[in-house]
Amino acid sequence: MLQSIPFSRRGFLAGSASLVALTALPQLVCAQGTPRAGGTLVVAADTEPRNLNPAMVASNDVFYVASKVIEPLAEATFEGPPRPLLATSWEGSADGMSITFNLRKGVKFHDGQPFTSADVAFSAMEVWKPLQNFGRIVFKNLTAVDTPDDSTAIFRFSAPTPPQLIENALPSLTSVLPKHLYAGTDFDKNPHNADLIGTGPFRFVEYKQGQYYRLAKNPDYWDSGHPYLDGIVFKVLPDPASISNALETGDIQLAAFSAVPMTDLDRLAATGKLDVISKGYEAITYQIVLEINHRRKELQDLRVRQALDYAIDKSFLVKTVFLGYAQPANGPIPVTAKEFYDTNLAAYDFDPKKAEALLDEAGYKRGADGTRFQLKLLPAPWFAESRQSGDYVRQALKAVGIDAQIVNNDAGGHIKAVYGDHAFDLAIGTPVYRNDPAISTTILFRGGVPAGVPFSNQYGFDDPAMDAIIDKAAVTIDSSARADLYRQFQELAMKELPIINLVNFSFISVANKSVQNVANNPRWATTSWYDTWLAS
Amino acid sequence: MHRSLILVRRRLLQAIPVLAVVAIGVFFLIELAPGDAVDAYMASTGGGDAAFALRLRQEWGIEGAWPARLGSYLLNLLTLNLGQSLAFSQPVSHLIADRILNTLMLTVSGLGVAAGLGTIFGVAAAARPGSIRDLLLTGVALVLNATPGFFVGLLALLLFSVKLAWLPLNGISSLDAPQEGLGHVFDVARHLILPVLALGLTYMAIYQRLMRAGMLRAAASDYVRTARAKGLAPRRILWRHMARNAILPVVTMIGVQSSSLLGGSVVIETVFAIPGFGRLAYEAVTQRDLTLLVGVVLCGTILVILVNLAIDLLYGYLDPRIEV
Repeated sequence: MLQSIPFSRRGFLAGSASLVALTALPQLVCAQGTPRAGGTLVVAADTEPRNLNPAMVASNDVFYVASKVIEPLAEATFEGPPRPLLATSWEGSADGMSITFNLRKGVKFHDGQPFTSADVAFSAMEVWKPLQNFGRIVFKNLTAVDTPDDSTAIFRFSAPTPPQLIENALPSLTSVLPKHLYAGTDFDKNPHNADLIGTGPFRFVEYKQGQYYRLAKNPDYWDSGHPYLDGIVFKVLPDPASISNALETGDIQLAAFSAVPMTDLDRLAATGKLDVISKGYEAITYQIVLEINHRRKELQDLRVRQALDYAIDKSFLVKTVFLGYAQPANGPIPVTAKEFYDTNLAAYDFDPKKAEALLDEAGYKRGADGTRFQLKLLPAPWFAESRQSGDYVRQALKAVGIDAQIVNNDAGGHIKAVYGDHAFDLAIGTPVYRNDPAISTTILFRGGVPAGVPFSNQYGFDDPAMDAIIDKAAVTIDSSARADLYRQFQELAMKELPIINLVNFSFISVANKSVQNVANNPRWATTSWYDTWLAS
Repeated sequence: MHRSLILVRRRLLQAIPVLAVVAIGVFFLIELAPGDAVDAYMASTGGGDAAFALRLRQEWGIEGAWPARLGSYLLNLLTLNLGQSLAFSQPVSHLIADRILNTLMLTVSGLGVAAGLGTIFGVAAAARPGSIRDLLLTGVALVLNATPGFFVGLLALLLFSVKLAWLPLNGISSLDAPQEGLGHVFDVARHLILPVLALGLTYMAIYQRLMRAGMLRAAASDYVRTARAKGLAPRRILWRHMARNAILPVVTMIGVQSSSLLGGSVVIETVFAIPGFGRLAYEAVTQRDLTLLVGVVLCGTILVILVNLAIDLLYGYLDPRIEV
């Protein structure tokens, strides 16, 4: 008999008090009275992903639209345990070699076909494990999915796999595709990558390239009484100023992912019709990181790296670049990840004098012109905040005698320069903490990653002690032992400083006051909106 | 007439090497730019290992040595196969067809407003040079010309769409408007009013100044003195004789600005959220999308060639003294 392992109930960021406390603006939109059915929600979309299939590409711009149509096995909650969606319960075996999912009965895909364990097995073995960017990491050791009956799926692994990791990955990496529409086809050319078919509360209706996506209510949704909305329209609005205008006139009712420029937030809140909401993104924490190329002699010296950390004022970044909508980082795991964050980590406070002393001690004295040495700094171009952080870092390093020359590239050029050619000394990166360190965080520290893999350790940093901790945690079944190993990981990261975490930030939503049940889970914008409703 | 046909044939033959050079140039532009289409795509996925990237490169046909890729690329173009866009996952021909109409509606109308209003105001200003009317017309046009187009657009939006709510805020059509027929035509026209005005008013000054200068030059000429001596009505002299000569520089300028018909409106299109052609070029470059970029650039090249041919033919009609 399988013994159930108690999953950590501490997880999932209960009340992101720290993030919220930084903002002085009104937050939650509380549900007023009973939900009213009807109405079409019009929201701003600023990107049109080339592949809208969330099982193949687990990225936020895909989820924004696709999560309303295609559902994962479970969804994230503020309280802790994931909310069951297509999986009603799950249990891991004591040896970590299998996890049994009990699946929901009576669920149909939008084309009328029934949802069964065969769809889960197909999605896991043919899509998540071989094709999905993060699934390849999390489901690396998945060897088979047994389906003894239509509503049971048993995931079997070739090595002990922490159930905590799988549970943390459920909301974002387990979108279930209909096997009958994909099996035997060329997945990349399958028309259902654009014309989505799933089990979600909304059906995909049409997509007018450059204009909008239209979704309509699924009247046969398994959660009866939901969704409340008749439909959702994602209007493609590439210009941030036009998004602000559209919110002001009521042309759209919601803009997520900080589509509204931060400088407009006060003005929009002052209209009295709109709420500025920073809650609802706690499970999607973006980080501003100073990436360091250890192939450079100066940067190989730990004292120089420490000096970099002391020279940069993280709270300046928070105040000036992020206008308060962020928090200083202390290590690779954000403080909102209560399961894992090590509260005993000593911080590197802003101390330029200490930085200068360390640089002197390392043997890099100031030259006649005040410069110790020159570095190339490549800021990631895709966020205004990452570019501005690059500007600030240059300024801060100049103050301690390091001349960091900024080199600008567009997105493709930046990826090639940093992760492919290693043609950088310092870079400003924007990794994402996705609810569990093993998904996309430890890969920034593990040695031995082949060249050219973006958002991974391309820094020339190779520490056997670090590798050992990361590898051990990857196969530790007991949740508290695993969390303990990740605390050791953080301590080592802070001691060795292979990269320097500067800021953790998340996003802002601006919603019309008529939209109810906004931001009621930690990944709200990328979830199904089954309980969103419009007050009249 | 015979001469015109010779000109047309000559221009069309000249177009072939031009297009070939452009096509090969675009290939090397993308090839030599840092990073390829997969590198650009990885930025939005947030991660993915080497096998993930390799599979994409093979799927998208951008893996392997460049001579082979150049060969198949040119072969496709010769058979008029524009291929699939990597950035948008759609056939390039569909994308271009959808968007070229939007942009041409916008820019041709904008150019029409600029040239039309510019011509009329230029004549009006030149009729009484140095008067209050002249100073006012010239001054306003200069201010509009000096203001960036997107700013004029945003101001117009704030006034007419946000404050007064007379005109739509964004897009090329409304969600709840009819999708076909006369209703659709009116809907699209309503959506184009502000962007066309923003574009047209910004460029009006150029045509106004050209027209005004041409008119003043014509006013000092012999044939006008003769016409006045003959006793012709001033208005007839103004339009029938002077304007017809002064308009040639305006026509030249239209030819010159035709090269911006497809790309010059990117900023206005972004502000007004109109799915336009210029945006395609921008996306193609940042996403390193070779098939899309070459489709866009070739369209632009063909358009410039055709418009300049038309302008040259028009000269012959407007001024019989010019030999085509």
